[in-house]
Parts: sequence; structure tokens; C-alpha cells
Amino acid sequence: MRHYGLSAAIATVALLSMFGPANAAASADHGKIVFMKEGCWECHGTQGQGAITGPRLAPDPLPYEALSAFVRSTNRAMPPYHENILSDADLADIYAYLQSIPKPQDVKNIPLLNQWADKPK
Amino acid sequence: MPKQDSRRAVSRRKFLSTVAAAGAVTAVADLNTNAGATPTAIVAEPPKPSAVRPSAKVAAAETGLPEAPAHASGAPTSDFMVDVIKSFDIDYVAANPADSFRGLHESLLTYGGNKKPEFLTCMHEESAVAMAHGYFKIAGKPMLVLCHGTVGLQHASMAIYNAWCDHVPIVIIGGNDLDANKRVPLVPTYHSAQDIGALVRDFVKWDDTPISAPHFAESFVRAYKLAMTPPHEPVLLAVDAGLQEEALQDRAELKIPRYVQTAPPQGDSGAVREAAKLLVTAQNPVIIADRAARTPNGIGLLVELAELLNVPVVDQLNRLNFPTTHHLNQTGRAGPLIAQADVILGLELSDYYGTVNTFIDNGAYDREPKTKAGVKLISITSADYYLKSNYQDFQRFQPVDVSIAGDAEATLPALIEAVKSALPADRKSALAQRGDAMRKAWSETRQRTLKAATYAWDASPISTARMCAEVWAQIKDEDWSLVGSDRMFSAWPTRLWPMEKHYQFIGGPGGYGVGYGSPAAVGAALANRSEGRLSVNIQTDGDMMYAPGVLWTAAHHRIPLLNVMHNNRGYHQEVMHVQRMADRRSRVLNDGPIGTQIMGPDIDYAKLAQSMGWWASGPITDPKELAPALKRAVEVVKAGEPALVDVVTQPR
Repeated sequence: MRHYGLSAAIATVALLSMFGPANAAASADHGKIVFMKEGCWECHGTQGQGAITGPRLAPDPLPYEALSAFVRSTNRAMPPYHENILSDADLADIYAYLQSIPKPQDVKNIPLLNQWADKPK
Repeated sequence: MPKQDSRRAVSRRKFLSTVAAAGAVTAVADLNTNAGATPTAIVAEPPKPSAVRPSAKVAAAETGLPEAPAHASGAPTSDFMVDVIKSFDIDYVAANPADSFRGLHESLLTYGGNKKPEFLTCMHEESAVAMAHGYFKIAGKPMLVLCHGTVGLQHASMAIYNAWCDHVPIVIIGGNDLDANKRVPLVPTYHSAQDIGALVRDFVKWDDTPISAPHFAESFVRAYKLAMTPPHEPVLLAVDAGLQEEALQDRAELKIPRYVQTAPPQGDSGAVREAAKLLVTAQNPVIIADRAARTPNGIGLLVELAELLNVPVVDQLNRLNFPTTHHLNQTGRAGPLIAQADVILGLELSDYYGTVNTFIDNGAYDREPKTKAGVKLISITSADYYLKSNYQDFQRFQPVDVSIAGDAEATLPALIEAVKSALPADRKSALAQRGDAMRKAWSETRQRTLKAATYAWDASPISTARMCAEVWAQIKDEDWSLVGSDRMFSAWPTRLWPMEKHYQFIGGPGGYGVGYGSPAAVGAALANRSEGRLSVNIQTDGDMMYAPGVLWTAAHHRIPLLNVMHNNRGYHQEVMHVQRMADRRSRVLNDGPIGTQIMGPDIDYAKLAQSMGWWASGPITDPKELAPALKRAVEVVKAGEPALVDVVTQPR
């Protein structure tokens, strides 16, 4: 099915990719601004945490080339962002922002997430 | 009469007294003219005040009581209507007041003593109907709603459509001035129609216009009976104002037909055996339930069926169909289970097509099956008995292999027996292994869900996972009931909260008409009040602002409810839609998605609620401030009052 094909393409790009954008001067601060301005937060949350509307993007984002390939070519529920509305530099900054988001605490260290059973009845 | 132009803001009674006063003023003016003062004399006199001192006659007309109307010779027909209504177990009547049912309104208060039903003062007909909608999903019985025939029913229509889509019975009486000869001119005439039922006929199960007292009795009993026969639906009676106020000729001769509830339709026994055979022989069966548990008993029946075969259950949650704590609840794995299934049993699915097909909203209308080739589809639904043409709530057509017209809950006992008969003894070991796999999968899903909740845990705006975890911590030791849907905040409650009782989750609006959530929660909380339950609603901001007057209704009637605002400051579905359009067209929304966001000014929901008599706190942007605010709010609700906590949240 189509989405399996797309996943395979992303995986291939990922294998061939470096783990960051070519633009070494990418700015996480500016990336956050672009992330908000371009509407990424709407489906993925302001920290890229994901929701029922869109998958988690951060922390530990996909390799840059994989993310970039998806953003440029997707044609599913998320439309593509072409260069004329999201430049390579801005996309690199978004990536820097996603990389800057720290890992969350472990579930075990958050008491409110230990109030439910981990096994069914 | 709240629906009129402010320039003509007169009730029928006030209209009549105004006409009388105007006549008196005219008469006084004539008397002044006839007093003989010449124009020259008037010019010569010093300036007079602009208002002429009222004569005794004018003063009497302005301040005195209107002349008593001619008394009807006997009890009004609306008293008999109250007798009919009282022959049913109806606790409440919700209404925004209007002259077209003034006769019945007065009879309910005086003759009926404002008990069973008790009047609920509503500020919008949409609120009244949505309150009745939420009320039924907890109480299991209908509420009565009174609507002003034209403008009131127009206000109510969206909420009636929601109830129709959600298979919820509501008995609605629409007042109307049918007889032009008795109709007061101007406002009451603007508010009259030949056929008010035409407004909503596409989405009520039945409507009628009774023209006599016996006719009302017969039609009310029929309406109630049809509404309560699955598939449950709203019904409407258009009741003439003149008939309500007409004197009864002979009350002793009037009879109220006996009501016997219709047994729900059960599926054909041969088709049920065929379905059982498919389920028993399947390697990867899945049960998908949407509105299957019509009553609390439905949950037990579905558990019994699932446990017989250790079949995973996916709950689409328009009702709570299956305990979230049960190892066979595999709702979080719907995608892979449907993809691998060789037999799918769909129970009262509102959208079978969408359940087994993907539609990609990419402008190309791409669609893909979610299932593998050769899957056998079984459907049991009462919707096959009853649908209408115009509105598309019946969704896309999905061919199935075994199609059973019948109420799922009523059919489950027969299906359980058929499965028992068809189940060979040598399958039991394999089925037990399937159960072990489901236990493992349940725990893995739980771990993934908890891990997902950790992301953005300390974020501001506050993550919806954090909000729901904080709410749970404050209510977990209470007998709680979540009286709203959770689809707008990533379904955290149904993914994490242990829900085992039918009243712990009531599903969504049915027709997805925005404006349902807030009033439905109030109606459901009203039903929970007599059971001593703590009602909790996580309330979206856009929905709240359709008719926030329901907050006043809750305070006025002392309906305890904890409203936690999921305040993402936007009509967020539309925020995403406009963004998607811009992206698809490679255009930039330089100023953001104008027209979809609710900010500038940001609404202060705490002040809004406080202004209508609620205890309220917020807006809260720091997650650390949630626990104390929620704790205090729960104390207020437990003391019998409504409370609201405004939480500024992540979008979903």
C-alpha cells in the first residue's frame, strides 16, 4: 500500500543521510519562530510532541534528510511545504529547534503517570 | 418572547396592554385638542414641558392592572396535556420561554406543581435540546423540551440534528399559533407557520400536529413510544396555542392511552448463526463497537461475547461499549488489528465505510482499504431499519458479507448462544493463547501511551496529557462521570482512565455540530446529580461560546459540574484546515489563519463563569498551578455547585 512505499522511501533517505542539516548555522530560536509561523505546531504541538492530529517530531527528530524529503514530497493528510513557502534555510532552522527540545523525564519519575495500572484486569 | 426585533420587543400580553395604553393616549390627545386653545394662545404661553401631565385615565392605563380577560368556562386543555405528560416518568422539561406555549407553561407550573416534570430555564433552544441529549445518555430516559414554533425551533434545529445522528430520544413540543383567526397580529404572526414540523422533519423520527385533546394524548404516547424504540430518535409534536388555551369540554371522558415500551428488534436467527460460525472459525477476528452498549447491560454482553472467543474489541466510543481496563480492549491498536483481520464484526457502527477504508484529504480524494483481501464483514445495526434521504448521516455505503438489521444489544444474547453452540472444544486452547497475546498487547499499548504523555509535560501552553492526568488525580477517589467527548484532546481519558461503568463516558455529539458539549454536559450532570456522582467535563473553548448562557442555567438550578476548559484559543479543526489549504496551494498565511482563532482579546472563561454564578479559576498557563485549582474546584462541586477551571492548552 502507498504509505508503506512512502515509509520505505523515507527509510532509504535516512540511511543515506547525515544526522543534521547542511547549514551549520541553523538557529533553533529562529526555527521556533518559523515552526509557529508556518503552522507546524497546529498538528504536532508547540514542542513537536505529537497529538492525535500529527505524529511526534521531537525530541530525537528523524534524520534531517528524511524529514526534509517528507516535508517536500508528502501528499497525504499533511500537504507538502515547497521551497517557495518554506526555504531550505528555514527548514534547517526548524530542524535545529526540534533538535534543541530536551528529552522528557522517564515515566517512572512522573508521579501523575504512575496512577494507572500497567496491566489489564 | 426572546426572538424578536428589539424595536418590537413586546410579548403578546404586553402588546395588548400597549395597544390599550396607546388608545388611551390618543383619546387624551383628542380631549386636549377639543379644549379650545387657539394656536395664537399656545404661542403666547411660556414653553411647556415636553411631556403632558397624564390624565387620571392615562395614569390608570399605565399603572393599573389590565382588565381581566374573560375566563374560560372549564379547565384549560393544557391541564389535560400536563396529565398526559405526567403519565410518563419525565423528570424535567427544558425550555426558553415563549408565548406559543404559554398555556402549557402555566399549566405545568400551577396545575402540575412544577414537579415531574420540573421546569429548567434555558437561555437558548439549542442549549435546551443539547441538555436533553446529554441527560438521556446518563438517565436512560427522555427529557421534554418546549420550543417556540418557528424561531425557537430554528434555534433548536442543530441540536436536534445532533440527537438524531447520535440516536438519542428527545420529546419536543413546538408551540404554534395555527388558527389565523385567533392569532395576535405582528409578533405572534411572524412566529407562526402552517407546518413547523417541516423545519426538522428530515431529522426527527416522527412528528404530528394534534388538533384536539384526545388527539394530543394519542400522539404524545405514540411519539414517546417511537422515540424509545431503537434506533432511538427525537420526535416533535406541534401544539397549537389556541388548543392549549381552549376550555376542555368533558375531562372525565378523556382517556390517556396506555404506554408499553416496544421490545427492541433482534436480528434474524439464521443470520446470527452465520455470523457466529464466521467468528468461531476466524483466525484474526475483531469486534468493533460504536453505539452497541445502548444501556449498561450492553457492556456486560459485549464482554461475555469477547471473552468466549478472546476476540479483541475496538471501541469507537460513541458510547462506552467495553471496559478500558479489560485485556481485550485493544482500541489503541485499531489500525493493525483491522489490517490483519479475517473477520470483522461491526456493532452499531455509524461509519462502517470509514472504519474499513482510508480517505486521504489531499485534494485527489485518494482512498485505500484498511483491510486485507478476503476479509469477511458482519454488521448488526438498527440503523438498517430507519434512515432518511436528505441528510447524509448514514455515511458512505459499505457492502458487507452478513448484514443483520437489528439492535446490537438486543441481538447479542442470541449471538452469544450461537457462538457457544458453534465453538468446538478443540479450539479452546488456541483461544486461550490469543487471550495471553492480548494481555501482553494491552500492557505494551499502555506503556506507549504513558511514554507519549511525557512529551511536553511541563510545557506552556499546558499539554492535554498533563491536564487530563491532573484532573484524574483529583477525581479518582470519587464516583465520577466524564460527561463529554475526549476526541479534541487526543483522547487521553479513554486511553488512560479506568472506565468500567456505562456512565463514566457518554461519547460525543453525534452530528459533530459544535455547541453540543457545554449544554450536554450540564444535562448529563443533572442526571448524575440524583445519583450523587461527580460530573466532569473537559470543555473546548469554541464550543462553549455558542451559547454560554447554559452556565447560568447550571448555576440557577444548582447542577454540580466540574468544567475544565481546554482553551486552545481557536476553532482548531478549522485552524488546521485553512493551513492545509494554504500549504496545498503553496501560499503563505502571513497573518496566521485569520477567522479561526479566538484571541485578541483572549476570552476570560473564569470571569464569564463567575458572572453567571459559578466558582471559577484561571486562566492557568503554568501546569504547576493546576493541582490546587482543580482540588478547590472539586470541593465546590462536591458541595453541590458548578465550578470551572480555565486551562490554556496545547492545540490537541
